[in-house]
Amino acid sequence: MGSHFDLTDSRFAGALMALNFAQAMEKYEPTLGLEVHVELNTNSKMFCSCATEFGGSPNTQTCPVCLGLPGALPVVNAKAIESTILIGLALNCSIAPYSRFARKNYFYPDMPKNFQTSQYDEPICVNGFLDVEIDTDEGPAKFRIEIERVHMEEDTGKSLHVGGSTGRIHGAEYSLLDYNRAGIPLVEIVTKIVPGTGKYAPQVARAYVTELRDILRSLGVSDVKMEQGSLRCDANVSLAPIGSGELGTRSETKNVNSLRSVERALFGEIERQANRLANGERVIQETRHFLEDTGLTRPGRSKEQAEDYRYFPEPDLVPVTPDAKWIEELRAKLPEKPSTRRKRLQAEWNVPDKEMTALINAELLDVVEETIALGAEPTRARTWWLGEISRLANEKEVEPTSLISSANLAEIIALIASGELTDKLARQVVEGVINGEGSPADVIAKRGLKVVSDDSALMVAIEAAIAAQPDTAERIRGGNIPAAGALIGAVMKATGGAADAAKVRELLLKHLGQA
Amino acid sequence: MSSIRLSAEQMGAALAKGEITSVALTNQHFDRIAQVDTAVHAFLHLDKEGALAQAASVDAKRAAGEKLGPLAGVPLALKDVLTQKGIPTTCGSKMLEGWRPPYDSGVVTKLKSAGVVILGKTNMDEFAMGSSTENSAYGPTHNPWDLTRIPGGSGGGSSAALAAFEAPLAIGTDTGGSIRQPAAVTGTVGVKPTYGGVSRYGLVAFSSSLDQAGPCARTVLDTALLHEAIAGHDPRDSTSINSPVPQVVAAARRLDVKGMKIGVVKEISGAGFQAGVQTRFEESLQLLVEAGAEIVEVSCPNFEYALAAYYLIAPSEASSNLARFDSMRYGIRVGDDGNRGAEEVMNLTRQVGFGREVKRRIILGTYALSSGYYDAYYGSAQKVRTLIKRDFEAAFAKADVLVSPTAPTTAFKIGEKSDDPLAMYLNDIATIPVNMAGIGGMSLPCGLAPEDGLPVGFQIMSPVMQDDLMYRVGGTLEAALNSKWGHTLISQIPDLQVR
Amino acid sequence: MAAISRDDVAHLARLARIEMSTEELDHMAAELDVILGAVARVQEVSGGDVPPTSHPLPMTNIFREDVVKPSLTNEEALSGAPAKIEERFKVPQILGEAE
Repeated sequence: MGSHFDLTDSRFAGALMALNFAQAMEKYEPTLGLEVHVELNTNSKMFCSCATEFGGSPNTQTCPVCLGLPGALPVVNAKAIESTILIGLALNCSIAPYSRFARKNYFYPDMPKNFQTSQYDEPICVNGFLDVEIDTDEGPAKFRIEIERVHMEEDTGKSLHVGGSTGRIHGAEYSLLDYNRAGIPLVEIVTKIVPGTGKYAPQVARAYVTELRDILRSLGVSDVKMEQGSLRCDANVSLAPIGSGELGTRSETKNVNSLRSVERALFGEIERQANRLANGERVIQETRHFLEDTGLTRPGRSKEQAEDYRYFPEPDLVPVTPDAKWIEELRAKLPEKPSTRRKRLQAEWNVPDKEMTALINAELLDVVEETIALGAEPTRARTWWLGEISRLANEKEVEPTSLISSANLAEIIALIASGELTDKLARQVVEGVINGEGSPADVIAKRGLKVVSDDSALMVAIEAAIAAQPDTAERIRGGNIPAAGALIGAVMKATGGAADAAKVRELLLKHLGQA
Repeated sequence: MSSIRLSAEQMGAALAKGEITSVALTNQHFDRIAQVDTAVHAFLHLDKEGALAQAASVDAKRAAGEKLGPLAGVPLALKDVLTQKGIPTTCGSKMLEGWRPPYDSGVVTKLKSAGVVILGKTNMDEFAMGSSTENSAYGPTHNPWDLTRIPGGSGGGSSAALAAFEAPLAIGTDTGGSIRQPAAVTGTVGVKPTYGGVSRYGLVAFSSSLDQAGPCARTVLDTALLHEAIAGHDPRDSTSINSPVPQVVAAARRLDVKGMKIGVVKEISGAGFQAGVQTRFEESLQLLVEAGAEIVEVSCPNFEYALAAYYLIAPSEASSNLARFDSMRYGIRVGDDGNRGAEEVMNLTRQVGFGREVKRRIILGTYALSSGYYDAYYGSAQKVRTLIKRDFEAAFAKADVLVSPTAPTTAFKIGEKSDDPLAMYLNDIATIPVNMAGIGGMSLPCGLAPEDGLPVGFQIMSPVMQDDLMYRVGGTLEAALNSKWGHTLISQIPDLQVR
Repeated sequence: MAAISRDDVAHLARLARIEMSTEELDHMAAELDVILGAVARVQEVSGGDVPPTSHPLPMTNIFREDVVKPSLTNEEALSGAPAKIEERFKVPQILGEAE
């Protein structure tokens, strides 16, 4: 990747030298740390029975508990515990036989109690790992990311800053608060430090978040939509001179809202830190915000003093002690790992790597599998989704899976297989279904799209074509088989593509004595 | 003929027999309040409309032949730290001036379904922090025995209301003695149930692992009746005990302590206790012996650290519990002139909204939890808590219940200790260990101190989930004392000047 | 023995979001110094193997089913708000950044 480093940016005025990413990686080695927050898809909130549905009218999904009213008390959502344990098991963690909630004390208006009920030194899951694979110069390489802990906490409300004349946050006149989101269960997944990624650090981070997302999706515990905030990533990185054996000062980057941003943010941060170090400046330990438009990070508002969270065990909640039996029941519920499933499907379908990667990148694996499960022939299922459907989706700027259901596509593919539809006709059926004309059968009926395979009807068209091109017909009679193409084309045109091309060819050649 | 001097049980019986209606009884109490509360200042808010509506509803049900509980239609005073929907709840603080909660506490829900008539909210030390009710932002409550003296705290309003015959029943809350010590200095009865015995849902938190709501009345039996009305599991409180309510009414009626072992805790009686308090305490022990109990001396050596540990744990939890009072969602807001940011408005609001004692404890608690000090302070205090629990366990192996004087002195003068926090904290020296271990504690009147003629309280402590033992011993002692005196103690209270 | 200075109290007051005048800070420091001196004795017995107690009663695993129940109405939720605009709590400008 090229440099994200803009020499004209005044923040870098005075730099003696400009290092791009590649140059930076020749001098320094990065150490990563990733924190991912997952919003669980439970029906009710973490500590109260309010609905968690997205998009409700402001402050209509609140109660004394999640508003932090005086006298309110929390009660733990059993499903949230279950989901968290599943996540821990899927990440190869040990499930703590004894874990507790703790209060993280700090003041912020989007936090009704001015403390967050979280977990501190007794989290529910510890010491796991996740293996990811990335492409390197030397081919595919595996990295094992160790997981420090998985713990439960609660989300905050949402604040809207209503601008003053400048319109910038810091010129805001006032803020408006909606607490619908306050108290929604969050799971925090924290890696141990990740050394040894070298110049692949951004890719490893992206691969980690991607694989994590896929695992969470397969567990069914979250929507994991980064754009909607149900999956949030904070990326930490520090640099040290190669071979120094030291650890540098790290920065934390927030507001990373997509997989691509994970990668870009780390590129940008590594470049920024490398340039500071190369200039003899220290890297400040701070929280930074990723800027989508430039790929750079900007410092967060610096705090005069580091916040002291004064953690202590939550007295309103009792310890969580999942028994071994329950843990094993949950372990038995774990679905196949996404990476295992991908390998299995690739083998089953006998698909080359390139096409498999295309399917995975286009996020069509699930729907292709579904379509095949409904009886569609595997190659056709893949080709249709990757090809025609994706093309149409691109045109309309929507997701392929929103255009047509796997059931409808499977039905259409089955009709092709049985010969009732040609590829050309099938495309018209797809168009009709997408336009809302009904089911495939409806569209076929309404538009009269049936393969003409009735011999006598075909003969009519064939004889008409022969009559129109007598010289071509003569050549065919003379043994020039390839010339049949022109007559077949004419028949196809005349029938509006509804003729079964193979059948036309058969009848034509027979008629002209070449069968 | 006013019924206000009857016990709650007698009122309930009269209501059941149709000798009086709840509406009439309720009005009698509002009349009494109008006569004496200017002087006593037990109440912060009166809910005439709601109370009379509830009274009328109970009367109607009774007239329709429904079978009602023993306290249906009986009036009650509610400490202003428990939420009651739509009714002002201030916790004795300026911070919540005018706040009307949108929900009922678990205790209030139970009281309403028992048909109890809630007259109004009583005065208290701000956010339950204090031993004299002098820390109320709305002015102190005066002890009906001597209006120049404190009624105890933090629940002085509830106990004063009982002693002044403004209500036969009251609800208090007890974190380090806030039910028992006021009961002692006002000559009334107060119980802190086993922790988790009564729901904390809707109890504005001071120190979550110590707070407990409890029944207060003028007699042990009344207290037991109220105890059974409010106790029980609440699924909205994760620390709520999911077991049947102990049979405290039966225990209170039992009037028999033969063969029971009563443990006197060496460390919380004797030296440091006012002479008259100690005298009355020992006389009560004698009565219990005469009733067939055996007195044994037990030692709880770690009790001497209980006060110190309490004044680390409670402020620490309070500093966190009170963080929510930041003017953003409810309560007063100070300094929001359009030029200040949220943080500054929070700072100013909390400067004005909280009183001295509350601020003191918040700062102390913040310190005890802060980075670098946690282990030495909060962490150490939690260990002391374990030691105190162990002391109780060892003591309960030797005795069925433990006893002590409830408070080291009788009611002191208003203003006497208010400038000396440490002196004030010492009022709780005998009551605090009970909260630290989560066991049950009761105070009942055992006489007047000879040197000042003021009430003395006798404390009974029972093991976790065995609250019935307190009531058994308390009921027996009360009967023996009343028999010895020929009257109840509260009947000796000087008449209040009525307006 | 604990010695707590005015600066210490100022730091704590900042953490606790309580504005304090210089007089209040001085007064508080003096009082807290005395109180801390008295409570520090917990350290005398807290060495060794004593586990801390956070809950008086040894309960565990208290959960509720993942079932939605009615929330407060918007009006009820905002009923105590010092200021509101339409359906939201109105608060003074938030200058810091969320955690």
